[in-house]
Amino acid sequence: MDKWIKIALIFTLLIFSLEGFAQKQRFPKPEFGTGYSQPTPVTPEPRALALEYTDVIVLLIVLSLSSWIAIKDRSRKKMLWLSVFTLLYFGFYRDGCICAIGSVQNVALTIFDPGYAISITTLLFFLLPLIFTLYFGRTFCAGACPLGAIQDLLIVKPLSLPEWLRKTLGILPYLYLALAVLFAATGTDFIICRYDPFVGIFRMDAAFHMVIIGIAFLLMGMFVARPYCRFLCPYGVLLNWMSKFSKWHLAITPAACIQCKLCSDSCPFDAIDYPTDEKQVKQRIWGVNRFLVYAVLIPLWIIIGGYAGSKAHVWISKANPKVYLAELLISKPEVRLDEKNLDVQAFLSSGKSMEMLVDEASVIRRKFYFGGWIAGGFMGLVIGMTLLNQIIFRTKKDYQPNKGNCYSCVRCVTYCPVKN
Amino acid sequence: MLFSSQSRRSLRRIIVLQDPYVKIAVNMLNVNSHKQIRGIEMENSPKNSRRDFIKKGTRLSLLLTLGAVGGIAAKHLTGEKYVWQIDPFKCTQCGRCATSCVMSPSAVKCIHAYDLCGYCDLCGGYLKPDANQRSTAAENQLCPTAAIQRKYIEEPYFEYVIDESLCIGCAKCVKGCTSFGNGSLHLQIIQNRCLNCNECSIARLCPSEAISRVKASNPYKVKGSFTKEGKS
Repeated sequence: MDKWIKIALIFTLLIFSLEGFAQKQRFPKPEFGTGYSQPTPVTPEPRALALEYTDVIVLLIVLSLSSWIAIKDRSRKKMLWLSVFTLLYFGFYRDGCICAIGSVQNVALTIFDPGYAISITTLLFFLLPLIFTLYFGRTFCAGACPLGAIQDLLIVKPLSLPEWLRKTLGILPYLYLALAVLFAATGTDFIICRYDPFVGIFRMDAAFHMVIIGIAFLLMGMFVARPYCRFLCPYGVLLNWMSKFSKWHLAITPAACIQCKLCSDSCPFDAIDYPTDEKQVKQRIWGVNRFLVYAVLIPLWIIIGGYAGSKAHVWISKANPKVYLAELLISKPEVRLDEKNLDVQAFLSSGKSMEMLVDEASVIRRKFYFGGWIAGGFMGLVIGMTLLNQIIFRTKKDYQPNKGNCYSCVRCVTYCPVKN
Repeated sequence: MLFSSQSRRSLRRIIVLQDPYVKIAVNMLNVNSHKQIRGIEMENSPKNSRRDFIKKGTRLSLLLTLGAVGGIAAKHLTGEKYVWQIDPFKCTQCGRCATSCVMSPSAVKCIHAYDLCGYCDLCGGYLKPDANQRSTAAENQLCPTAAIQRKYIEEPYFEYVIDESLCIGCAKCVKGCTSFGNGSLHLQIIQNRCLNCNECSIARLCPSEAISRVKASNPYKVKGSFTKEGKS
């Protein structure tokens, strides 16, 4: 009993003199007489760096194979099996991380924040697919992207969407890209990774709402083929630009198109351009004036977009935890008393002054202001260009894949009656 | 190439002529040959070569842009692998590690830095501060999953071992140990469980900004070998 009283006494003494003892050992380590040997804490090693380089090599091999299949071999079956491998390796084995789509944010962060160092692996995951696309078309989407693969394998009965809907929804990826780069560059958040709908499925573990979103995307994908790729994927925007000017590209027919129309319904993504209707050409002659008007309107669109973006910066910047906390503390000073608000309590106990927090927050908000102008201006440009593209008219003789939107999945090739 | 397609066409004509749908097929072929002649003409036209030139130029400039982006990014390039880790001296034991990790249970677990442990009988990390009785009965234990095992060593010292398979990283024991004891119990990200997400979801929500990237060659900040000022 004596021992207990002693310990309790020391205990209470120590509680009252917490501050003074904080750095020292309150209870020195005892010297054991019984030859007790102290265990060491278990600290398992992380995944080896060599395995990260293996991922890059696997990506390189998969990209090369996928490009070879799309350009030379033209076998849908091989492409299918390649995407199954990608799904298993980059999806289920690597748990959907590392991926080229998310690497956009790392590149943005490393350009705008000198304190952040990008790893060679991430930079290669960003660059390799883009370079391959510049030469062979979007073969990355067909064979090397796990997110594309999981959607592609679940296409059941693809519906053809009307053009106006495709074009309108097609603006979303640009918006997503602009926001993702804005958030990454300001060091706020990596939204592409956080709202990746399929990563939860790859990991078989995710927050409830993300599981629901993931399953919803897959179910939707049965009828609207590859919904994420077409109407959200921010990396797809870059791939689209590259692919439009690619040196080689998947061709539907190996020789000359015989206009049989057999391939016209084969594409689940509505990515086959039909031959120009001669009647339509006559109708569009008056389009020149319209073209000029739309072209002149583009700078206006950019200014409108930039202005809207800069106006929205106050609201968007609240996504940054520091800005949010500073705003909360200023607008509702009573939260200081709220014991349950962990962020406020952690800030109060950190010893940081309110001025420091406000300074930091205003620096971030300033970044959001400039970023808002750039992102908004970019969106204005996108809208202007989309409208302009409605009246730009290129004569097409044959059924051809739309080089920007085609994923090189090789489905259409099997429908073409012309062989070799 | 032209020759081969022509021979193929003549071959098809022979086959098609046996067919009942002769007219349609011949029609189709005529359209086809017409198109082909136009196609050859188009390929050599100045309009097409100009288009090719523009395409080539754009491709080159896109490649240069990629090179520039890669070059700027390469300024801060690192060959080292980085992983997420908790600074135990910044940690305020808020409990979000248990709930915010993408893994369930969390990749964060409690680690015992035995070097700092006082081997107390009355352990602030093991027993509830407001326990009804001074006993080690389950209702008096702080750990919700009974992951801390207490072992008698010699009078009056006890060893506390954490069963990592049971630990959920809730930091209740860490809070107790840091407030009443030496702070030898503390949280660490267990690297073979951590998925090393692009952006750690706990780091985002950590109120004390205790989680940061560390070099994978030195992936832990275990108290004792890691001190408040930095690595020893």
